[in-house]
Amino acid sequence: MSARTFLRIAVSNTLVKNIARYVMMMLLALLLFGIILLATGKDPFQSYRDMFGATFGSAYGFSEVLVAMIPMLITALAVALPSRVGLINVGGEGQLYIGAAFATWGALTFKDQPAWVLLPLMALLGMIGGALWAFIPGYLKSIGLVNETITTLLMNSIAPKIVGFLIFGFWHSPMDTVKTENFVSAARLPTFFNTRVHLGFVIALVLLALFWIIMKYTRWGLEMRAIGGNPQAARRNGIPLKGYLIVIMCLGGAIAGLAGMSHVSGFYGVLILNFSMGLGFMGFLICWLAGGDPIGIFLMSFVVAIITTGGNFLQLTQGLPYAVINILLALALFVVLASPKFFEGKKA
Amino acid sequence: MNLLSILGVFSSAIFSGTSLLYTTLGEVIGERSGIVNLGLEGVLLVSASSGFAVTVITGNPYIGVLVAVIIGGLMNMILGYLIIHRKANQLASGLALMFFGFGLSALIGKSYVGAKINALPRIALPGLENLPKLYSSLLSFDILIYTAIPVAFLVWWLLFRTRWGLGLRAVGENADTAYASGRDPRLIRYQALFLNGLLAGLGAAHLSIAYTMTWTEYMTAGRGFIAVALVIFSRWHPLRAIVGALLFSGAVAFQLLLQSSGVQVSPFLLDTIPYVLTVLVLIAWGGNRRHSAPASLGRVYHGTE
Repeated sequence: MSARTFLRIAVSNTLVKNIARYVMMMLLALLLFGIILLATGKDPFQSYRDMFGATFGSAYGFSEVLVAMIPMLITALAVALPSRVGLINVGGEGQLYIGAAFATWGALTFKDQPAWVLLPLMALLGMIGGALWAFIPGYLKSIGLVNETITTLLMNSIAPKIVGFLIFGFWHSPMDTVKTENFVSAARLPTFFNTRVHLGFVIALVLLALFWIIMKYTRWGLEMRAIGGNPQAARRNGIPLKGYLIVIMCLGGAIAGLAGMSHVSGFYGVLILNFSMGLGFMGFLICWLAGGDPIGIFLMSFVVAIITTGGNFLQLTQGLPYAVINILLALALFVVLASPKFFEGKKA
Repeated sequence: MNLLSILGVFSSAIFSGTSLLYTTLGEVIGERSGIVNLGLEGVLLVSASSGFAVTVITGNPYIGVLVAVIIGGLMNMILGYLIIHRKANQLASGLALMFFGFGLSALIGKSYVGAKINALPRIALPGLENLPKLYSSLLSFDILIYTAIPVAFLVWWLLFRTRWGLGLRAVGENADTAYASGRDPRLIRYQALFLNGLLAGLGAAHLSIAYTMTWTEYMTAGRGFIAVALVIFSRWHPLRAIVGALLFSGAVAFQLLLQSSGVQVSPFLLDTIPYVLTVLVLIAWGGNRRHSAPASLGRVYHGTE
């Protein structure tokens, strides 16, 4: 692609229009949430000043937004990739848990290894864990037995309990039964500039870029789009349908598993019972709102991360339960959902 | 282990299973019309918190139950607007509704954490009033428990023995054909979602006003998702949903029994049994048309434009 065509796409009308609509929708969500705040006797202007002052007002606050984006970006990609062949992966949450558990096993077992051995090993283990967890629904789907939406959803409820079993039965630290001992520093993803932004951010961006390139410029991307468009026609044209369905589902699981690894290694540094609290579901939402588009995923994650990070400060300054920020989050999601043609096409 | 502890386990299983049964029945109606409601968790939370708050304010549990039920129906109307009117993706809209419920219920329940209420009165099983007090108190249930199974039969009758139910199932199988035969898929789906919400509200009311008698943040602890799993387990049939709810609460009871008798089995693993069983049931029945999901489940109805 020449530089000129790239520029033309970047400044094209639709992108500008899309961003304008984005801003309008977020304003609408803020307005609705403001009304709710007002109804509970809080000052909405002060609340928003707190939220945005805390997230945009300081470099550290902004870095916290980037930290919150990391698992969203990766789990959204874990949904976006399978959606291109028509697979609906609602199982990011479970795959993330199993990936985190596999990576934790690596971190606890090989803690004497140097970081350059341990971290890639943990990443690999996390991906294997997620892929194994996704293999079951992928296989059942490919032989036409059970719909993957249902199985991935069910397996989401199983995974955290297996993790709980492992922590409670084997891995818990002497002090505490709901978490493992802290990882050694070699098992922690490096962070940047004294913030909590860790290497997972770079991994996420690289994966998104890779996804975009593969879908656009490779034969695999073309074949995947063909399957997503009409699986039977694709099969008759000699594309190995079954193989693709299984491999892509496992890849999606591997990506979600990597998100789990990056979260326990980069963010927590320890495996805690029920640590995710819906990260995988959030990834699913972000992916569908963005129509599976990498840039859309980035923008959507950014907005959601601002809201959730700002919510922490709302809790501190306004004395509201942290969960209340979910209202603003949901309102923002509602307004985007209510205009389904937001990102054109690409919805599997 | 004595009779008393077994009775205690039995009684707690019934209490914890009732809210599940109502929610599952609601979801059966919704899914039969072609709509998966992943927002149930949020609907349950908002119903439970608002019902509890109203019970605290008015001192009357029946008003609390009524409010919880209505709120459940209204919460689902948000989902209805998004997926029926605006044709948004069902799963994503449901998850958004779930997050909405997390937030709204925390806001509603904030001032009522730890409050005391007049719970729904418990009535002893007829004929057992003369037992020692310890026994009869374990065998006393509230009105929502007594009505749970009749409601399941009512839902079955509605779905399989009325014209309205036939239309609803037709919409769930193929909305275009249903439209061609003179039914309004949009209206029917709104009605199904509203009923779904009413029943979920009833389940939530039982949870906060009759069973636990408290409100705590995220008190439903995954019941919305369990209900979705139970619908699949019962293969979209209201009477089999009774079995599903019994199985689930039975697993909970079994776990309590094991613990009280000192057997060491991880409660985490026992918790997975209902889900694993559901997956196995799906595999066992897979490919059999008689037992499969409504054909249009999860699809957007685009109308005739």
